[in-house]
Amino acid sequence: MSQWKNFSKGFFKENPVLVLLLGMCPTLGVTTSAINGLGMGLATTFVLVMSNLVVSMVKSQIPDKVRIPSFIVIIASFVTMVELLMQAYVPSLYDQLGLFIPLIVVNCIVLGRAEAFASKNNIVSSLIDGLGMGLGFSMALTILGGIRELLGSGSFFGFKFIQGDGMLVFVLAPGAFLALGYLIVLINKINKKTA
Amino acid sequence: MEYIIIVISAIFVNNIVLAQFLGICPFLGVSSKVETSAGMAGAVTFVMVIATIVTYLLQKYVLAAFGIAFMQTITFILVIASLVQLVEIILKKVSPAMYQALGIFLPLITTNCAVLGVAILAVQKDYNLMESVVFAISNAVGFGLALITFAGLREHMELVNIPKGMKGVPIALVVAGLLALAFMGFAGLV
Amino acid sequence: MANKKESTFVSMVLTLFLVTFIASAALGYLYELTKGPIAASKLAKQTEAIKKVVPEFDNEPGEESYKVEVDGGTLEFFPAKKNGELIGTAISTFTNNGFGGTFKIMVGLLPDGTIHNISVLEHKETPGLGDKMQKNKSDWSVQFNGKNPANFQLKVTKDGGDVDAITASTISSRAFCDAVVRAYNAYMEGGQK
Repeated sequence: MSQWKNFSKGFFKENPVLVLLLGMCPTLGVTTSAINGLGMGLATTFVLVMSNLVVSMVKSQIPDKVRIPSFIVIIASFVTMVELLMQAYVPSLYDQLGLFIPLIVVNCIVLGRAEAFASKNNIVSSLIDGLGMGLGFSMALTILGGIRELLGSGSFFGFKFIQGDGMLVFVLAPGAFLALGYLIVLINKINKKTA
Repeated sequence: MEYIIIVISAIFVNNIVLAQFLGICPFLGVSSKVETSAGMAGAVTFVMVIATIVTYLLQKYVLAAFGIAFMQTITFILVIASLVQLVEIILKKVSPAMYQALGIFLPLITTNCAVLGVAILAVQKDYNLMESVVFAISNAVGFGLALITFAGLREHMELVNIPKGMKGVPIALVVAGLLALAFMGFAGLV
Repeated sequence: MANKKESTFVSMVLTLFLVTFIASAALGYLYELTKGPIAASKLAKQTEAIKKVVPEFDNEPGEESYKVEVDGGTLEFFPAKKNGELIGTAISTFTNNGFGGTFKIMVGLLPDGTIHNISVLEHKETPGLGDKMQKNKSDWSVQFNGKNPANFQLKVTKDGGDVDAITASTISSRAFCDAVVRAYNAYMEGGQK
């Protein structure tokens, strides 16, 4: 597998959210606006890249039976780092994302990639895999956030161009499920055409 | 009175799955049959309540007492992961029948964000021990309610003729959306 | 894998210990590093919220804050002073009766109890309806400014008061009044210092 393929699979073919259906909680929970989706995506990308990197570095040193607990500790440390850094430097975004930042630790994507990819591949591949998956995740969240913000409040990245309120249901809980459902149909269509 | 507010709010108004988006993975993953959903709900209730009690005590007497609250995430997830293992071992010894029923769901619970989410929320909301327990139980009931209702709907859906592109997850999400819409009717109850 | 370490008891314990040790050390270091900026950003946010609801001040209300116990919770008082004289008090108050449960607002009272300004801190009210109580969504909450609850009934008109409710959001409006009343009563019953 070429490194380019390794990187780009995260966007369409194996997009963690839209195709593999992993990490649904933050996907639905924080995407009330495009900027929230992007913020959450980048925070997750950081954790994903760093934990993939460290896991692939230490993989041969860790006994098989304590593999998973060790991975969890590594991931949880990076999540805490993101938490602290966001609190210090982007407090308003941290308030918006709230509970979902510590919950990155139970995001199945992160542990999934550490276990399925980084524990079997070399450092460079793992790094690229983490970056691709993370950015694919960010892309999905930003698109979903963009759609919900556009339909729900008539703005995009906070820039308002439709007066009034829009279809409020899309910024509420039900709209998250509906928008994601239709987005997945669309991605399935695109993947089928290119396959 | 306060307990009643916690119960109603957690089960209906701020339903953990349909309004807070926690525990979506098992919600979409195992909810195709009512029976398995009930099993999952039982296992989650078990772990959620014990985890909330343990993390509450840890937070109060270790993390807050020594001023190392920033270790919260790492401690809580380790507690939950080991608890799941422990529950699995004990259940196997004590009640093989219950282990048979819940066993396969237990490993899945470690990465169920509802458990960690409730533990963190109970700390954030500054509940005391009793309130935390009530909060955990109510959220578990809310989780079970959403899961079982949804499974009932999905069982019926298998018999319906759905456009090909919508089959599987997309239609499940749309149905979940409608269910969330119905739960919004509970808003304003407390 | 050929060079995989064997899972002996000693190696397992040692690995877990090392991993946790390194992780805690790194986090402790980062915590010390970010402690200052986090405290600073929290204080800035608080001061920002206080600035919105009381007249211009030159002290640090966050440092002189005190807490008052009321039914069902605690209110935090931030005295704003200019040249050492009290010119207003910002009160962080709450209500449990919102449409989406609890919400928090900051009420600014002048020394005689007149409402100077109100801002919403956090809420879960319905977007497009109850969230009109926020200043950036509508001018609804402006009607409280300059009113003294001593001669201004803090109830919606439906309940015989003087407050025009938000259209289709009577519950949110009622809850809003409830929060303001809670702050006012606590202030009048010896909340001043």
